[in-house]
Amino acid sequence: MGDIQFEIDGQTVTADPGMTVLEVAQREGIFIPTLCHHEKLEPFGGCRLCIVEVEDRGWTKYVVSCVFPAAKDIKVKTRSEKVDRLRKTILELLMAHAPDAPQLTELAKVYGADPNRYERDPSFCIHCGLCVRYCAEVAQKHAIGFVDRGINKEISFVPEIAAQYCNDCKECFPLCPTSYLQAAFVYAQAMAFPGA
Amino acid sequence: MEIERVDQIIEKHHGEASNLLQIMLDIQSENNWLSKQALARVSEKLSVPMTRIQHIATFYKAFSLVPKGRHKVHICMGTACHVRGATRILDTVEDATGIKPGETDLDLKFSLETVNCLGCCALGPVMEVDGKVHGKMSPVKASSALKTYE
Repeated sequence: MGDIQFEIDGQTVTADPGMTVLEVAQREGIFIPTLCHHEKLEPFGGCRLCIVEVEDRGWTKYVVSCVFPAAKDIKVKTRSEKVDRLRKTILELLMAHAPDAPQLTELAKVYGADPNRYERDPSFCIHCGLCVRYCAEVAQKHAIGFVDRGINKEISFVPEIAAQYCNDCKECFPLCPTSYLQAAFVYAQAMAFPGA
Repeated sequence: MEIERVDQIIEKHHGEASNLLQIMLDIQSENNWLSKQALARVSEKLSVPMTRIQHIATFYKAFSLVPKGRHKVHICMGTACHVRGATRILDTVEDATGIKPGETDLDLKFSLETVNCLGCCALGPVMEVDGKVHGKMSPVKASSALKTYE
């Protein structure tokens, strides 16, 4: 099994065509931090936290491993000085939005991220898309989606669908890394479909 | 906008989900905005989830989810127009139409927006109505230009 041979942290691993570097690493028990990854969902590449160093034919580049396909003879490093620095900055940017999210504070300790480096803009949603993608791909109800763009982008329930299904499902709730989803749901329910 | 007309537009694009954006643009240009009923119909006919339609409708500035007037008035606030008195033009238009930038009047006649440059700075101050450029505006000229629109 496995036609593609390459290295992760000096360890030789094999992969089938179409597998991502993250999938291979997780199968081999090599830890790469992630926020927006979920095994039941299509790769999204939203949080950028799974960034790794890849050496390919002598060139070094930095890629997000959850969407980077495994390739022959590449050398992947899951930690290096630069990878750690990149992750630290990503965490600091995310923490400007969700300063107290448990997963973020945990990772911040590992990478020495300062939650106060950037001016706080507590929107609490970090746009990982887990709720949106779970509802579309697994629950297949499309009750929640993204609206607007750029700094105004946010999650939004479709009241008609949410009123009908959400109370009996709520499977996306534990996925949210910041608990903003629960708050958004309670708010949407109070505003658009109270008592439903 | 009647549901029949929405169906016609969908029919024109063969009811294919890949033509979603074009269908939405057609509804927008005919109706000046996207009503919830129209979008619900599109969602149903193309079997595209409402969440995706919402995402697209809020992503592009060309779409409006609130009613817009028949005439779109754009006042240029770019540097060149600004120094030649664009604020006075804006004040005049606000008085003449009774609305502020971003608003639409109750008769759905005018929608007013400010823009940052229309690319014809030599004509400043510039007012654009429905894509037609009115250059070298003065407050008097601006208010008389608006009177020509029904």
